[in-house]
Amino acid sequence: MMEKTSSSVETICYHCGDTLPAKPYLADSKQFCCLGCKGVYQILSSHNLSNYYAYNNVPGQTQKKAKQHFDYLDDPGIAAGLVDYTDDQVTTITLFIPAIHCSSCIWLLENLHKFSHSIFQSRIDFLKKQVAISFKNQEISLRKVVELLEAIGYEPLISLQDVVKKQQADHSERNLITKIAVAGFCFGNVMLLSFPDYFGLANFEQEFKSFFGWINLAFALPVLLYSAKDYFSSAWNNLKRGVLNLDFPLALGIAVMFIRSVAEIVTHTGAGFVDTLCSLVFFLLIGKWMQQRTYHYLSFERDYRSYFPVAVTLIKKGEEKPLPLNELKIGDRILIRSHEIIPADAILLKGEAKLDFSFVTGESVPVEKVLGEVIYAGGRQLTGAIELEVIKPVSQSYLTQLWNNDTFSQKDSIKTFSDSASKYFSIVLLAVALCAGLFWLNTDINRAVASFTAVLIIACPCALALSSPFTLAAVLSIFDKNKFYLKNTAVIEEMARIDTVVFDKTGTITNPDAGGFVFEGQLSDLERQMVCDLAKNSGHPLSRELVKYLNLPSRFPVDRYMEKVGRGLSGWVNGHALKLGSAAFLNLRDPDRGSVVHIVIDEVYKGYFLARQTWRPGFKQLAVTLGQKTDLHLLSGDHDHDRQLLTPFFPRAQQLHFRQNPQDKLNYIRLLQESGAKVMMFGDGLNDAGALRQSDLGIAVTDNINNFSPGCDAILDGMAFEKIPQFIKLAKNAVKVIHMSFVISLLYNTVGLFFAVQGLLSPLMAAILMPLSTITIILFTSITARYYAHLNKLL
Amino acid sequence: MNMIYILIGFSILLALLFLLAFFWASKSGQNDDLYTPGVRILFDDEIPHSDKKKSDEDQE
Repeated sequence: MMEKTSSSVETICYHCGDTLPAKPYLADSKQFCCLGCKGVYQILSSHNLSNYYAYNNVPGQTQKKAKQHFDYLDDPGIAAGLVDYTDDQVTTITLFIPAIHCSSCIWLLENLHKFSHSIFQSRIDFLKKQVAISFKNQEISLRKVVELLEAIGYEPLISLQDVVKKQQADHSERNLITKIAVAGFCFGNVMLLSFPDYFGLANFEQEFKSFFGWINLAFALPVLLYSAKDYFSSAWNNLKRGVLNLDFPLALGIAVMFIRSVAEIVTHTGAGFVDTLCSLVFFLLIGKWMQQRTYHYLSFERDYRSYFPVAVTLIKKGEEKPLPLNELKIGDRILIRSHEIIPADAILLKGEAKLDFSFVTGESVPVEKVLGEVIYAGGRQLTGAIELEVIKPVSQSYLTQLWNNDTFSQKDSIKTFSDSASKYFSIVLLAVALCAGLFWLNTDINRAVASFTAVLIIACPCALALSSPFTLAAVLSIFDKNKFYLKNTAVIEEMARIDTVVFDKTGTITNPDAGGFVFEGQLSDLERQMVCDLAKNSGHPLSRELVKYLNLPSRFPVDRYMEKVGRGLSGWVNGHALKLGSAAFLNLRDPDRGSVVHIVIDEVYKGYFLARQTWRPGFKQLAVTLGQKTDLHLLSGDHDHDRQLLTPFFPRAQQLHFRQNPQDKLNYIRLLQESGAKVMMFGDGLNDAGALRQSDLGIAVTDNINNFSPGCDAILDGMAFEKIPQFIKLAKNAVKVIHMSFVISLLYNTVGLFFAVQGLLSPLMAAILMPLSTITIILFTSITARYYAHLNKLL
Repeated sequence: MNMIYILIGFSILLALLFLLAFFWASKSGQNDDLYTPGVRILFDDEIPHSDKKKSDEDQE
């Protein structure tokens, strides 16, 4: 690439930080890249909210995008599905705003009341990128509120999923925290009251012994009945289904501890095991919390509904009116404006259709359609408004019928190691306890009961139950740091079992920010400069890539700029007439070669830029490393003109499949699974959604984790793509760590059992052994997980 | 030594009060968003209008 020194000082837009065009927009002696940015600045400064720019440099987002229409929010039926709460005065709504990214955003959006006194509160949840707004519905409409947000550059994303699955607030985590608080509270107090007994009480202090005992029992009750409730119900439910999970020995241990404590305290024969009981439940719940902590701000359950709009404009007797999407019927005539999504399979009746199917296929090159042609749902219209007639209901379209497939109704939960190990553990435990009890039965009935209960208490697999959550939680956070976000911890264990990897092509292994262009023809440095200056005015993806590729600072202003969206640009630069665009735009005879930008300067054809298909960095190395241990497959929806290029990466050419529709992809994965393979699938578009769901481990590759990604088990940032082999290796190591910590906790159990079978277990010993083993496991798992992460160069 | 009964009673009562305070905090959603409040507290108070225009122009 050629370098060029330029005398012009590089300046950036005051609002969004984009490079300025040659003729920047001015306001208050500040420069802006576009009218949108300038508009936002003017609104803010007129409301005395310029502090927005004080907290961060260039806090805004570029405003070079089409305006949305929010007419449908005036429809009471549609609005009712979106709001959280409404009465005859106040309405509260929670909106998802993808643009939230810095403290200026928080400051501005929480000062919405300065724009309108009818908005009296707005609160941001930064990590979830949500804002909760309360407003007086008599004075301002929902539509006005949303339009205000759009005007200041924070347009909310309102999708069909908001209506269909209006999230009922998830309080499970809050409940768990409360349970931990109760258990911790009781644990602390019980320890205080148990300490005198550990050190021995003097004769004159004996009167306190039963007093302390009774208070301890009182503390044990809420732990048993409230905090440990889930263990009992889970053990019972599994027992009814004939399954012995890890909760069974836990529940048994807790119950036995409580009963024996009651017996000892009531009969004044001992101090009981209340301290052990409380610490056990406390640590167990912490482990559970570690395991449940996930990225609630990332959505792994997205489907087409989180991408489709809430409403569509219906044309009826020449009038436009918004209609909720789920009321759309066959034969309805709909209007799709520029940058709106086509929600159902339909026939083009009027207008010029140029559609971006990148959400569906990952392919960014727009597709043109002519009148009378069928347009499949999921495309985004790029040029002006078009009119369509619906031929299939929303749920039955080519794309969305995938979700009617039974794959989506259920997915078996992943089988974890602790599930399978606990079965044997429970059986052995019961056997040991019974043997010990029977052994002493003939000689000493008291000792028989003591040893039987002691075995159940000491072998209560606390450390065992904690080894998985702590290891996996540690690995999860390591993955998180490397921009690999898993839905839950069980995914790690599943990842360790993978033996087959399937890739989608476009957008997954190809680099969406096309690596560059090849230029065919003759172009001087000056002409390159002019092309770059012209292309800077356009928001079309190809123009933007071209600007990025040419990478020149602005030099010349552009006059008489014209853009035919999706077709080409023209304008006068430095005294020359420039035209860039498709062959059709420039009236050239040229075979269709994909993404091509032709250049005409002063009516002389200069040549064309051809966008090159490039692989994600590190893909070659990745394919080699992965190919050694796993079977690689490719499923592409595209034509096979890349077959030659891809063959070297894949060990067997017959495992490259092209022209696959979404259903084909799903079936292919199913076929692999039926032959016994454990399949990991990488995909990015909606057309991979079925395959991602069907595979044992579906991973969505995306370049912006807040952008749309289909439903999956994990989301991988495109930047981390080359680390996949390391991720798999670490997952395998994690399973090894779990096995090792299982052995350690079993060792502790054996030591305890040695005393327990003889009926010699003292409450003090239990109270020491249980937390000691727990802490050993916590330390061991976190340290070894980090050690392996270092080995795999992930930390 | 009977004082111990009263003291333990009071200490447990006090601890219960703290537990109830935690329940209230949790129920009112104070633990739901642990990030935003930390940023929110750093915002300055409102600067009077006339000064503000000036200070804006001073920047850059």
